[in-house]
Amino acid sequence: MNPDTMNPDKRFVRESMIPPAPPPRRISGPLARIRATLFPDLANGLVTLAILAALVWLVPAAFRFLVVEAVWTGASGEACRPEVVGHPVGACWAFIGDKINYLAYGSYPTAERWRPNLFFGLLAFGVAWMLWLGAPKRTWGAVYLFLVVPVLAYVLLAGAPALGLVSVATALWGGLLVTVVVSGVGIVAALPLGILLALGRRSDWPVVRILCIGFIEFWRGVPLITVLFMANVMLPLFLPGDLTVDRLVRPLVGIALFASAYMAEVVRGGLQAIPAGQRQAALALGLTPFQATRAVVLPQALKIVVPGIVNTLIGLFKDTTLVAIVGLADFVRVLEAARADPRWSAPAVPVTAYVFAALFYFAVCFGMARYAGFIERRLAAGAVR
Amino acid sequence: MPDPRTPLRWRALAVQALLILALAALAYLAASNAAQKLARQGIVAGFGFLGRPAGFDIGQSLIPYAAATATYLDAFLVGLLNTLLVSGLAIGIATGLGFAVGIARRAENPLLRAFAAAYVELFRNLPLLLQLLVWYVAVRVALPPASDPAALGQAAFLSQRGLFLPRPDFWGSAAAVPLAFGIGLAAVWLLVQARGRAVALGKKPGPVLSLSALLCLGLPALAWIGLALAGHPVPVAWPVRGPYDIEGGLAVRPEFAALLIGLSTYSAAFIAEIVRAGLDSVAQGQREAAAALSLSRAQALRLVVLPQAMRVIVPPLTSQYLNITKNSSLAVLIGYPDLVHVFMGTVLNQTNQAVEVVSLTMAVYLTLSLVTALVMNRYNARVAGSRA
Repeated sequence: MNPDTMNPDKRFVRESMIPPAPPPRRISGPLARIRATLFPDLANGLVTLAILAALVWLVPAAFRFLVVEAVWTGASGEACRPEVVGHPVGACWAFIGDKINYLAYGSYPTAERWRPNLFFGLLAFGVAWMLWLGAPKRTWGAVYLFLVVPVLAYVLLAGAPALGLVSVATALWGGLLVTVVVSGVGIVAALPLGILLALGRRSDWPVVRILCIGFIEFWRGVPLITVLFMANVMLPLFLPGDLTVDRLVRPLVGIALFASAYMAEVVRGGLQAIPAGQRQAALALGLTPFQATRAVVLPQALKIVVPGIVNTLIGLFKDTTLVAIVGLADFVRVLEAARADPRWSAPAVPVTAYVFAALFYFAVCFGMARYAGFIERRLAAGAVR
Repeated sequence: MPDPRTPLRWRALAVQALLILALAALAYLAASNAAQKLARQGIVAGFGFLGRPAGFDIGQSLIPYAAATATYLDAFLVGLLNTLLVSGLAIGIATGLGFAVGIARRAENPLLRAFAAAYVELFRNLPLLLQLLVWYVAVRVALPPASDPAALGQAAFLSQRGLFLPRPDFWGSAAAVPLAFGIGLAAVWLLVQARGRAVALGKKPGPVLSLSALLCLGLPALAWIGLALAGHPVPVAWPVRGPYDIEGGLAVRPEFAALLIGLSTYSAAFIAEIVRAGLDSVAQGQREAAAALSLSRAQALRLVVLPQAMRVIVPPLTSQYLNITKNSSLAVLIGYPDLVHVFMGTVLNQTNQAVEVVSLTMAVYLTLSLVTALVMNRYNARVAGSRA
């Protein structure tokens, strides 16, 4: 009880009428909605105006740069110089058009470029098979993507003289091809290895458990660049005799080990989400521990970690840009080399190169993120049902 | 049926023993191969090389470093300090920016929400390496050329070579200034403790924020003025325009600026998502109850929602901080002399001590991770305890 209400001196009794208040402001209709959400107070109003001003300035400027003032055709940097064409120049798309084959294949021999193309096609088919949830025989899709495609890709890209395919040295590979190969190998090696590590981390055998924890925490604790440096300088040291490792394979080994540690943690999250009763029920039905894991626990766990796997894949795809630091000609490095071409020296060229790279990576990563979100919502809906 | 446990246990032991043996054999094989090859290249294994003179210059250093006298160990320390400097600053900026964007994603203003969402999607979905390249080019284009720096009197210069500021030297008697700052920090810590007690007792706390600012800035300023009056002014190294470049003073290089901006804006997008998830984890009723108590939206956020959200925010935030530290190694790309650039780059090339250099560098990052994980576990235990 508030002591003030008991004190007669502090009691308050109103003795006159309160003057009538004005009618409330409109609270419905579009104008009122705009005021309530965009201009509720001074600070919010200022923020709204600032964002609107930025949009009014940015959107037309971006449109002018990307479309209106862009140069679409031309054979050299001359076409993209404002003093030559006589008007301000935006993006120099002619440069991208001229270099598109170099960006896609690097220095892969022109006559053999059907091989990377076929590889891209085979890969796209497998990826679509896996991503489309209603596709028939998705188990076979997994076998195709994780076993058939890697073998075919190796034969196709590196060449097999016995089959009439000329050998192509990996030093000639470049651009999109290297980016796709590095992230593809990363994911194909990391997923099975990650599953094994996640299972090992939950093993009853202390030696296996400690080894797996040590392995996972080691790779997660160091930056990818140091892993790539290590693969580059230390891997050849550890191998016997004069055995050398291909310049492309070294970073691949590093990336695969690195990605498998992150994948293991994603899979572990899924394993932990499966109630212990599932495993106990499977054992009670007479399944061996191995069968219980393979047929009951793992399928359920893998299903719920699909968004996590896709997110790891996004990270891996972005991280592949780091292989440029150890000398592989990935997409970004090839782009940097292309923009340094003296034939294409124009002020608009570097900007165009970066805008193009940004559009490319954004399209791929944003698309994958959208897919992960879609799966997540579907799983959430399934859990409610 | 025999006791099923006995044979299984033997099998488990046998398999594990075999595993250890196999790994040990593999390690021995790798080590002996490495030893053979190193011997053939005439490289002496061990960390003795750290004491040898380095003989190369480093563009930015927090400690005195001279190419003529420095050893490889000095180079290692310079790189390590540079890594810690850029990671620490990036962590601070990214946290501020990330919280702002994360809170903006749950703002009432739909335009602000969309803007924050666009920020997150844009920065999160582009490779950090690409962003650093762009920032590096952007920073250099935006700055005046080295031949014609922008100058603020004779005190500060700005050009493509960097920002040059006067550098006070806090050695000798001038150490009183940082000491005063330390005392100010300690006083702030006491103030915050007292505020917590006052709030717990239901009293109105004093103006902690303004008092803290006064203590942290006022005490060092007082020390500075006091030293000058006492006849021992703090020595200041002023930047001077030389014939080719600006010399002396404190140099903030464009590589550092680009790395700091790129790292902060990139990580802020991830922190914003963590903050948003934290805000979403607080039940809607908490906001409604705060509104019913007539707290403003800002007060409800600061006093009711955020403290509860922190439980969800802090664990992923810590791993994000570790990511910032690890991602600072991309410095090698634009030439900021961090640990990886100095040690795994230059020192490795000069000495060829691959095993030692790689393992020492990795050990640094692993130690940072391990220490963070330990601190994190203690924090988690405390938070989990307070929830019960």
